[in-house]
Amino acid sequence: MAETIKVLAVDDDQDFLDAFAERMQIHGLSVTKATSGIEALSKAEEQTFDAVILDMAMPQMDGIDTLKRLRKINPDLQVILLTGHATIDKSVEAIKLGAIDFLEKPAEIDAVMDRIKAAKFARMLLVEKKTEERIKKIISDKGW
Amino acid sequence: MPERKGVRTDEIAEPIESSARSRGRTRIAGRATGFSMTSESRMASLLKKLYPRFLYESVLPGGEKALFNYRRIWWQAIWGVAGVALIPLAVLTVVHHLQYRRALTAEIRYPLARLVSNTERTISSFLVERRTAMDFVVSDTSFEQLADQNRLTVLFHHLRKSFGTFGDIGVIDDTGYQLAYVGPFKLRGKSYKNQNWFVHIQKNGLYISDVFRGYRDEPHFVIAARHDKAKGSFYVVRAAIDAARLTQIVWSLETRPDSDAFVINHDGVLQTDSRFNGNVLERCRIEVPPHSESTVVRELTGPDGNSITQGYVYIKNTPFILMVIKRTEALMGGWWKLRGTLVAFFLASVVGILVAVLIAVTYLVGRVYEADFRRTVAVHKMEHANKMASIGRLAAGVAHEINNPLAIINEKAGLIKDTLTLPEAQRTEERIIKHIDSILQSVERCRVITHRLLGFARHVDVVFEPLDLVKLVIEVLSLLGKEAYHRNVRVTVNSVEDFPQIESDRGQLEQIFLNIINNAFDAVQDGGKIDIVFDIISEGMVAVEITDDGCGIKPEKMQYIFEPFYTTKKEKGTGLGLSITYGLVRKLGGEISVRSTEDKGTTFKLKLPVSLPKQTEEAE
Repeated sequence: MAETIKVLAVDDDQDFLDAFAERMQIHGLSVTKATSGIEALSKAEEQTFDAVILDMAMPQMDGIDTLKRLRKINPDLQVILLTGHATIDKSVEAIKLGAIDFLEKPAEIDAVMDRIKAAKFARMLLVEKKTEERIKKIISDKGW
Repeated sequence: MPERKGVRTDEIAEPIESSARSRGRTRIAGRATGFSMTSESRMASLLKKLYPRFLYESVLPGGEKALFNYRRIWWQAIWGVAGVALIPLAVLTVVHHLQYRRALTAEIRYPLARLVSNTERTISSFLVERRTAMDFVVSDTSFEQLADQNRLTVLFHHLRKSFGTFGDIGVIDDTGYQLAYVGPFKLRGKSYKNQNWFVHIQKNGLYISDVFRGYRDEPHFVIAARHDKAKGSFYVVRAAIDAARLTQIVWSLETRPDSDAFVINHDGVLQTDSRFNGNVLERCRIEVPPHSESTVVRELTGPDGNSITQGYVYIKNTPFILMVIKRTEALMGGWWKLRGTLVAFFLASVVGILVAVLIAVTYLVGRVYEADFRRTVAVHKMEHANKMASIGRLAAGVAHEINNPLAIINEKAGLIKDTLTLPEAQRTEERIIKHIDSILQSVERCRVITHRLLGFARHVDVVFEPLDLVKLVIEVLSLLGKEAYHRNVRVTVNSVEDFPQIESDRGQLEQIFLNIINNAFDAVQDGGKIDIVFDIISEGMVAVEITDDGCGIKPEKMQYIFEPFYTTKKEKGTGLGLSITYGLVRKLGGEISVRSTEDKGTTFKLKLPVSLPKQTEEAE
């Protein structure tokens, strides 16, 4: 892969976050860690990520809240939710809010990698499409 | 908010639930053998019906106290019902007995009185007849003629011919000298001057003697009558009458073989032969009755100790007392038979009523007991179900809590695997050991969580033991810790110093606190707070106050909150939690009260006794 994939991992459990991040690094990802929703928001403001892996159950600001606010900062952000207890309701709510996928703890690393690659691809498509639209707009504006 | 449908929840909760349930069921089944009926236990169950369970068992399943003291109710009901039935019966029987006896006694005595009266009249007229005959003779004849021996002999023969019973006749002048005499002895010239009867006749004009043998050695008696002459002098005509005639009259009554009729004088000497009380001129074995010129019938104890009925009358102007004796037994036989029937009927009724009352009361009290028994079993099952439901709720949270260490284990194991695929140089043992240690730590975390849940489910049996209430509440809170953490609910626990250990049942207390704290969690918003305060009210009582700043309870709903099946949580609640809590607190000898302000919060106040509540006998 020409370019390393940049991932933001958000979880309130430090032990889990460390191990999870280390594994993804071994699998060749560039991982940034955040232990709360607030920290994740500030990290997302600093730089762009190909994908965000977000824990659902966190104190103060939970996964859904964080997701909403991340989408405000960057609507193109590809967010994968990660949780200890999956429910249909929560999944539907998360997908409606623009999350691209839903993973259940403990997650297989291969599944995580697949989702992240898919996210990266989706993001690339989105960026390409937007660039194309922008070019088309410029052409039509200029009357070319 | 924990999810009830957590995928892994089932694996943890199921074995606990099933084992606890089966334990509960075997215990209840063990108690309830009375309900099951097999062919071989029919005899045993019959015995149980006769000796119902409530008489020897005052404890219901789950060690619960019975609603009532059935043994006492049973006794009270038997006394009450039997009293209501038997007292009127007894009164009626006694009244009947007395009235029957009075009526029948009068009925039976009347013929005897009549018999005595009639016989007395016969004897009187017999005596009057003799006297009249003598008067006739005297009035028809002058004194000189009477004093003439020859003339008197003729008269005597006429009298004897007409009346038979005359034994002799004599004429005595006013000095007591016998002027003339006709009879078997030579009594002419005899002086009666100083004899009692002569003194008596001077005063009274008539004398009838007792029966005596005299010179003739034959029982006879004497009638003497005074006749006045001119110039104040008088003479007496005296005749002896054969006493056998009296006996004849008395015996002519033809009394029954077990009856007796005779005549005695005022000194109790028999004047006629008697069937049972001696012969003529012997002393009668029955005492002289009190004087009465009208017929008297009375009951007394005879000389042989048997009860006798005596009818008697003093015959006027004579020394004679006529007496008829009948054995009371023979007279009253009919009455006694009737009385026997009456008593037998009474006793049979008493036995019948008692048996009926016993069966009915035993059946009814038994039914109430069975109902109470079934109620207790149902309540017990309900409490159990409630506990299982809370465990289910906890399990969802706990499953989530377990998932985190599992995720760590997953990542660490993955890391180890990844590390082993790295080139030799980067593969260090320290790294691997670090990961393995982390795995072991996570496993320990899981173990603590599962043990906590298992420990909670385990306390099904009621065991009173000293326990640290604060510690127990903190343990219950730890089960809800994750929920509090995720919802930002602040829980504080405050206790006074020297908060004592209390003697109580751990399982039931856990249930009580879990129900109340769960309610508090449901009531508060995310970021709310719950305060738990332990306090000592008095020497024997402690209090725990659980205050939340949640939605509160509407005043109009306050009165219903402890009622079963009342819920404000819609389909989320069963409506059993607080009603069960209420029952459990009462069972532990405590009290529960609640005060609440809508939108401000609710406080549940629990009062619990420090030492084991005395199992009060009077379970009214």
